[in-house]
Amino acid sequence: MSERQLQMVKGNEAVAEAAVRAGCRHFFGYPITPQNELPEYMSGRMPEVGGTFLQAESEVAAINMVYGAAGAGVRVMTSSSSPGISLKQEGISYIAGAELPCVIVNMVRGGPGLGSIQPAQSDYFQSTKGGGHGDYRMVVLGPATLQEMVDLTYEAFDIADRYRNPVMILGDGVIGQMMEPVRFPDLMDPDTLPTKEWATKGRRDREELNLINSLYLDPDACWAHNQHLARKYAEMQENEVRYEVVHGDAEYFLVAYGTTARIARRSMTDLRERGYDVGLVRPISLWPFPEKAFRDLADRARGYLAVEMSLGQMVEDVRLSVDSSVPVAFYGTAGGVMPHHADITQQMEDLIRGTGDDR
Amino acid sequence: MKAVFTRPRSLTDGATHYCPGCIHGVAHRMVAQILDEMDLADRTIGVSPVGCAVFAYDYFQCDFQQAAHGRAPAVATGIKRAVPDSFVFTYQGDGDLASIGTAEIVHAASRGEKISVVFINNAIYGMTGGQMAPTTLEGQKTTTSPAGRDLADTGNPIRMTEMLATLPGAAYLARGSCHDIKHLRATQKYLKRAFEVQERGEGFSMVEILANCPTNWGMSPVESLQWMEENLVPYYPLGEFRSPEEVE
Amino acid sequence: MYHEILIAGFGGQGVMLMGQMLAYAGMKRDLNVSWIPSYGPEQRGGTANCGVVLSTEPVGSPVVTEPSDCAVMNLPSLTKFEPAVTPSGYLYVNTSLCPDEVTRDDIKVVRVAATEEADAMGNARVANMIMLGAMMGGLEGLPFEVMEEVLPDVLPERHHGLIPVNLKALARGREIFESAE
Repeated sequence: MSERQLQMVKGNEAVAEAAVRAGCRHFFGYPITPQNELPEYMSGRMPEVGGTFLQAESEVAAINMVYGAAGAGVRVMTSSSSPGISLKQEGISYIAGAELPCVIVNMVRGGPGLGSIQPAQSDYFQSTKGGGHGDYRMVVLGPATLQEMVDLTYEAFDIADRYRNPVMILGDGVIGQMMEPVRFPDLMDPDTLPTKEWATKGRRDREELNLINSLYLDPDACWAHNQHLARKYAEMQENEVRYEVVHGDAEYFLVAYGTTARIARRSMTDLRERGYDVGLVRPISLWPFPEKAFRDLADRARGYLAVEMSLGQMVEDVRLSVDSSVPVAFYGTAGGVMPHHADITQQMEDLIRGTGDDR
Repeated sequence: MKAVFTRPRSLTDGATHYCPGCIHGVAHRMVAQILDEMDLADRTIGVSPVGCAVFAYDYFQCDFQQAAHGRAPAVATGIKRAVPDSFVFTYQGDGDLASIGTAEIVHAASRGEKISVVFINNAIYGMTGGQMAPTTLEGQKTTTSPAGRDLADTGNPIRMTEMLATLPGAAYLARGSCHDIKHLRATQKYLKRAFEVQERGEGFSMVEILANCPTNWGMSPVESLQWMEENLVPYYPLGEFRSPEEVE
Repeated sequence: MYHEILIAGFGGQGVMLMGQMLAYAGMKRDLNVSWIPSYGPEQRGGTANCGVVLSTEPVGSPVVTEPSDCAVMNLPSLTKFEPAVTPSGYLYVNTSLCPDEVTRDDIKVVRVAATEEADAMGNARVANMIMLGAMMGGLEGLPFEVMEEVLPDVLPERHHGLIPVNLKALARGREIFESAE
């Protein structure tokens, strides 16, 4: 079928089309580089499939439009890049609190502040540890290739609906701007999706009234709500962990996600050609973080090198996941500068030598 | 026997949390009566603000969403776009609509978003304890303007309805008041027209309702109504500012 | 095989299309491929470049900073990217717009008077295709014929009438590469 042919697509457009294929018919956004091709694509594509594209007056308004539409039971998405995602944090907290399913795309750029428009991974903390106020979590997925981004975006809508929770696709400027061959899944008809009984679409023939709300003024009620959320988050931790381990029988491991994992993989190949026993741990779900990957390697791993386009954020989760006697080194570049594979290779060599391994 | 007073079907049974003498309850009732008259409740989604009316969802017999502070028009936009055959209204106070939510209200109106806004203007922040609002009058004492609002320092009270009347997307705009029965009746008429504008798909509609806050104004309910008439009404003129007929 | 290709020029020379055509060609021959443009304010300043990776291995960074194959369509691009080419890599120079000589002697330089050649063919806009044809000479694994499949994919349908002139330009580039070898 021609639908399933390989196509060269730009990352930002690939996420957008994947969302449409997943039955998303509502998109609310605001321009910011380097994700502009995403709303631009949606502005043309949504009318073709009878959907809604709306350029909001701000990122703040866009995320609250997402809140309204998600609460009305439709599959809905917004996208932005770092400074815009910061503006959306209030809305994300409300969405998590009111338990609304939606997909949020962040094509991360260098920060802090206005920063740069080049790729970065310095929003890891913001995405995986909260960002907005309150004890909430969202599933955060960090694709390394466009095909993976397409597949994860398609799945993200199911995950969001399953848990009634926001899901974030955490990309970066490179993954948004690059082109790679991609196969899209089939176009899903949103009318075939299960009805959301809790949604506010007007009471119609329903017995009960529906309410979308995150306010629990009585602290005991709010505590009970938090406990309910915690059980849900525990379920996500049980079911939504995704990762890849390459050369799981190695002694030393590079740890990287997203674009950086592509570069680290090249370093791994170089290192192995030089005789070093090096593998790669690639977290795909950044929350829930794949602690299991590290537990499974505990018997053999003699050292890890976490590589990020940040000053060191994911590395903290790596350190929490491994035995404290195993060294976890860090190498990172930030502000829009990408790590070079040769530098990663050098860092790993230093780590291996530093632990007394002579070759 | 003729019933002279019944509870509108679109209101829930039970007491509200509003202070004695507060006009919110009256405004709720007016909205509910029109939902009844137009038989809208079963396809209505209301959006409650942050402020005194945050619990509006407890008082109306219809689906509701609670919105972040000032964002109700954006939330309502999302709902209306997702369920175009629904009736969507927001119920917002002056801090919510005229301060933190100015961008959202202006752009919802500018887009001609097919939603209706009930804007309660009592010239003060009620829920948080009587702080100065963007609509607080010159010289009015609040907990953050203890010596009275100084225009040189804080600027002038915003007339939101007049401001929105510059936007072609705003199909219906009116300001009513609740200080006496005559004006209540006029306000109810405005609300009905606003809701009809949404139902006919003509664009954005808003009714600003001048209201009181006996608690934070430090007055008895009766005194507060008199103060409204003498102070609020002269600064915030009443009437219809924009209607589809007028546009034609 | 791991080719890191960088193509640079000024806006309007069609450097983005050159890169995309190489990526499409690689895709059609089952190679791992990526394409990425330079983005942001620099594209407003009149210079543009894109990176392409063609590889039998998974593509690492799609951003190309040390090209194994580099084409420069104007002088600022030559100045900027000549030092970046990996030793023994290819540097393709549009000599029509680059009066300065290449100074490095550890790289393979292919001189293509692309703009003048295009004028001689009666279509100034195919200078990029001439350069691309030359570049393909240095890329193993990409048979020249693949471009016959690529052009209909990358050109909008209303421009499909231009496919023959583009193929002719590509072939001219290939000839220039072969005579330079």
